[in-house]
Amino acid sequence: MRLKTIRWILWGITGAVSLSLAFAILWRDDRFGTEPSRETAAFRADFELTDHQGMVRTDEDFAGRWLLVFFGFANCPDVCPTTLAEVAAVMDGLGVSAPKVQPLFISIDPERDTPAALADFVPRFDAGIIGLTGTPKQISETARSFYIYYEKIEEAAAPGGYSMSHSSQLFLFGPDGAYVTAYAYGTPAEEIIADLNGRLDT
Amino acid sequence: MKPVFLSAVTALMLNVSLSAPALAGAEDIIVDGAWSRASIGTSRPGVAYMTIRNTGDEPVTLTEIRTEIAMMPEIHRTSTNEQGVSSMTPAGEIKIEPGETVALEPGGLHAMLMRLQRPMAEGESYKMTLVFSGGGEVVVEVPILGVAARGPEG
Repeated sequence: MRLKTIRWILWGITGAVSLSLAFAILWRDDRFGTEPSRETAAFRADFELTDHQGMVRTDEDFAGRWLLVFFGFANCPDVCPTTLAEVAAVMDGLGVSAPKVQPLFISIDPERDTPAALADFVPRFDAGIIGLTGTPKQISETARSFYIYYEKIEEAAAPGGYSMSHSSQLFLFGPDGAYVTAYAYGTPAEEIIADLNGRLDT
Repeated sequence: MKPVFLSAVTALMLNVSLSAPALAGAEDIIVDGAWSRASIGTSRPGVAYMTIRNTGDEPVTLTEIRTEIAMMPEIHRTSTNEQGVSSMTPAGEIKIEPGETVALEPGGLHAMLMRLQRPMAEGESYKMTLVFSGGGEVVVEVPILGVAARGPEG
């Protein structure tokens, strides 16, 4: 009888612990929760990576220029070329103001995207876009500093057996390196050009 | 109980097999605005976009795509969540209701062309066969535009 009671109590505790664990996991939705702090805390472009020509680049190399930063991977057939094409259209549309803006394509697929792989991909969009990659550690640090999300998705049919999920916005940083705004994937180039023109003139 | 259940199943099966030929075939399908981006070599997947319209009175289902340019063409879907994270998954079969148009377009459904057999060169074109549930097929000529193309007009 006593043993039975103890057993019930133990089961009760186990149940309570599992429940609270489940809640903790459900509530731990902070993978994306970091985003609002971007407006309040100083969110700056901060990275040290290798460009598609094999040169080490840091955010300091671009001081004094606006940065249009986006993330992707070269094996991506849909979103990434679309974004690169969109950025190319934006750069084209900026005309004489274009040199004030440096577009940066940062790979979140360091395993496949060597500088050589990016050299084969990024310059084809002919927009002065610099492709950046690095070691898996450098990429994860960069992702953290930009508050972006990426994840490897196993997919047998995909080349190399995997695809990548990733944040697909365009992030704009000012000449002082501070975060200015983000354009959601699919924002028409014309809208971005108009917004940029307003900011570049001031 | 059992005979009832069996006859229900038989009825279902009969129903399916009877209605299958009644499904609209490929003759009611109109494909417009097909285009592809030039690929960089053959090691990375290519992509094709188009709109597929069902002008018939019955739903049709796109079950498969085939093309000589890629060993493994498949319809995939890119979706972007509220946090702006995009991911891509095989879309499976695509049902198109009567009068409905399904668009394969950047950032949404697209034909992902895996294991390219040759580079997709700007200015060339290739054939893609869309296979529908009734067994009907539609062959589409897909022009290859520049690598930075943003739509069927370039």
